[in-house]
This record gives sequence, C-alpha cells and structure tokens, in this order.
Amino acid sequence: MKYIFTPILLLPLLTFAADETFTIQIKNHRFEPAELTIPAGKKIKLLVENMDATPEEFESHELNREKIIAGNSKATIYIGPLSQGKYPFFGEFNEATAQGTIIAK
Amino acid sequence: MFGTAIIVFREVLEAALIIGIITAATRDIPNRSRWISAGLLLGLLGSAILAGFTEQISELASGIGQELFNAVILGTAVLMLAWHNIWMASHGAELAEGARNVGKAIQDGTKECSVLLAVVGITVLREGSETVLFLYSIVTSGQADSSALLIGGAVGMIAGVVVGYTLYKGLLRIPMRWFFTATSLLVLLLAAGMASQAAHYLIQADLIPALISPMWDTSAALPEKSILGLLLHSLIGYDARPAGMQLVFYMITLVAIAAGMKWTNYRPTANKLEAVV
Repeated sequence: MKYIFTPILLLPLLTFAADETFTIQIKNHRFEPAELTIPAGKKIKLLVENMDATPEEFESHELNREKIIAGNSKATIYIGPLSQGKYPFFGEFNEATAQGTIIAK
Repeated sequence: MFGTAIIVFREVLEAALIIGIITAATRDIPNRSRWISAGLLLGLLGSAILAGFTEQISELASGIGQELFNAVILGTAVLMLAWHNIWMASHGAELAEGARNVGKAIQDGTKECSVLLAVVGITVLREGSETVLFLYSIVTSGQADSSALLIGGAVGMIAGVVVGYTLYKGLLRIPMRWFFTATSLLVLLLAAGMASQAAHYLIQADLIPALISPMWDTSAALPEKSILGLLLHSLIGYDARPAGMQLVFYMITLVAIAAGMKWTNYRPTANKLEAVV
C-alpha cells in the first residue's frame, strides 16, 4: 500500500521545482515593472516586494487574486496556469498610481 | 475621498450583511444582543491588533501565512454557521413558541450564544483588519488631504452599516411562517460562500489545486466590483471567475449543512425524550 502513496507524497516537490519565480517591486505607490511577461500554461510564483513604508493590497479581478503586503516587506502569490492574454492588476490602497499588467505568452 | 468611501464601504458591507442576517436569524434567542455586541467589540479590538501584525503573519509558513490565516478563519466561521443552522433546525420552533424555560434549551442557548459571539467577532476581525490597514496607510502616507480621505472612510463605514441594518429590518418583516426557512437558507448560502472563499485562499497559497481555472467568466455580465456583484459576493459567495475547486468546496458545504439540518429535523421525538428525561 505504501508504495502507491510514495509517488503522491513526492508530487509537491515536483511542482515546487517547476515553479518559476518573478519579482515585482512597489515603489512610490507604483509597480516596477508595470508590465510583466510570464509563460502561459504554467503556474508561477510571483514575489511582490513593497519598498514603500505604507501597506498595499495587490489585487486583480482577472487573476482572481488579492493579498495585503505590509510596508517594507515581501509577499508570495501563486498565479496560473494562465491562458494567453493580458491580466491587469492594481494596488487597492493606491489605485490612482499603482497599476500593472501581467502578460501571459 | 470618494475612492476611500468605496473601499471602506466594500469591507464594511460584507461584515454588515453577515451580522444583519445572523442578528435576524437569532431574534428569539434570549440575551442575543449582548453576545452580538461583545462579538462586535472583540472583533474591532482584534482588527487593530491583527493589522499591527500583518507583516509577521505574512511571513509565516514561507510567505503564505496570510492565506492560511484567512482560510482557517473562514473555515471556523463555516463550522459555526453550520452548527447554528443545524441547532436552529431542531430548536427554532421551540424558541418561537416561547418555550424558553426548558432547561436543555437554555443550556444549548448559551452554547448558541457563544457561537454567535465567535461568528460576529471573526467576521469583524477579517474585514476590520483590512480597513484599519487601509486607513492607517492613508494617515501615514502624509497626503495633504488625509482628513478628507478619513471623512470618506467614515461615510463608507456608515453606508455599509446602513445597508446591513436595512437587511436586518427587512428580514424581521418576513412572516413567522417563512422566517426560519428564509434565514436558514441565507445562513446556508453565507456558509457555502465562505467555504468557496477559503478554497480561494488555499489555491492562492498553492496548497490545493485550482482544478479548472476559471470555471466560468461572468465578469463582463456581472462584475464583482458592481453593487449587485458586491451584494451577491457577500450574500451567496458570487465569484465572477471561480476556480473549479471553489465550486467543489461550495457544493460540499451546501450539501453537508442541508443534510445536517434534515437529519436533526427528522428526529424531533428523540429530542423531546431527552428533554423529559
């Protein structure tokens, strides 16, 4: 029985190894880069670094994601696998300036 | 100022609707206002504390602490609402008839009250901490018009509470005959919606697979940002682009609670026997 489960237990390791990491920074209530290209059809790990002293909420209706990032700290958000297209995101606490797009190709 | 009002309104609305439904659903429970107020106060206090620990929580469990925290909080609320609905299915009628002096009912009533306190507290905690963080970011960003923004926040908060209160008043006008059915149904859908949101956080943290993502996309027809979308999101867990796993969580919760309610309803004799013994 345990031989059946061993490969299942190893699954998380496989997915972990496969996730590519992309980084976006928040500076002066803006995303840098504001446009990020990621591979379509793959799950990726998005690291959002907030360089501002104030908290921000990374939000995207298109990606169905939302996460608060405290001032001067980092957050991990898993995204995808996405089909090809443009996925806008924004910072809910500073929506006027904090705008960005993820492009899946 | 308008933008601030909208953001705060969105957060407060969700909590206000849940509290409005819960408060109406428990209208016949003795002392329920006291317990609900206590939950509200504890939730507000907790929000301020929680907001202060955002960074530490985020960094837990290698960066997915926030998602885990939200999922656990939502999961707890789902269990509480399930308990409430199943309890109401067997005791609602007794309470409505005014049979409050039965020893067992009172004992259970206290348990029901602590469930109330927890649900209200948890709801306020979740929505409140985001509002606190947002208002804090306005104050500390040193913008010249921060007082105008804070007024906007107050307007949003009041508007949210007014909607919740209106729902509560509206529910109380439902004739007694349909009252339990109506409020139980609302609580059932609330719980299912919360389960779907919990799944959403676990997917975001990459702890469970999304299955099909998205299952459908109704963001053009009914965006979640719209008033109707917002109301439906808070009330029945509407999601414009849900993942398949969210739907699985939703359906399991719906069926499990409904089954629990049916099951207790079919055994009224057992309950009466206990009361006699």
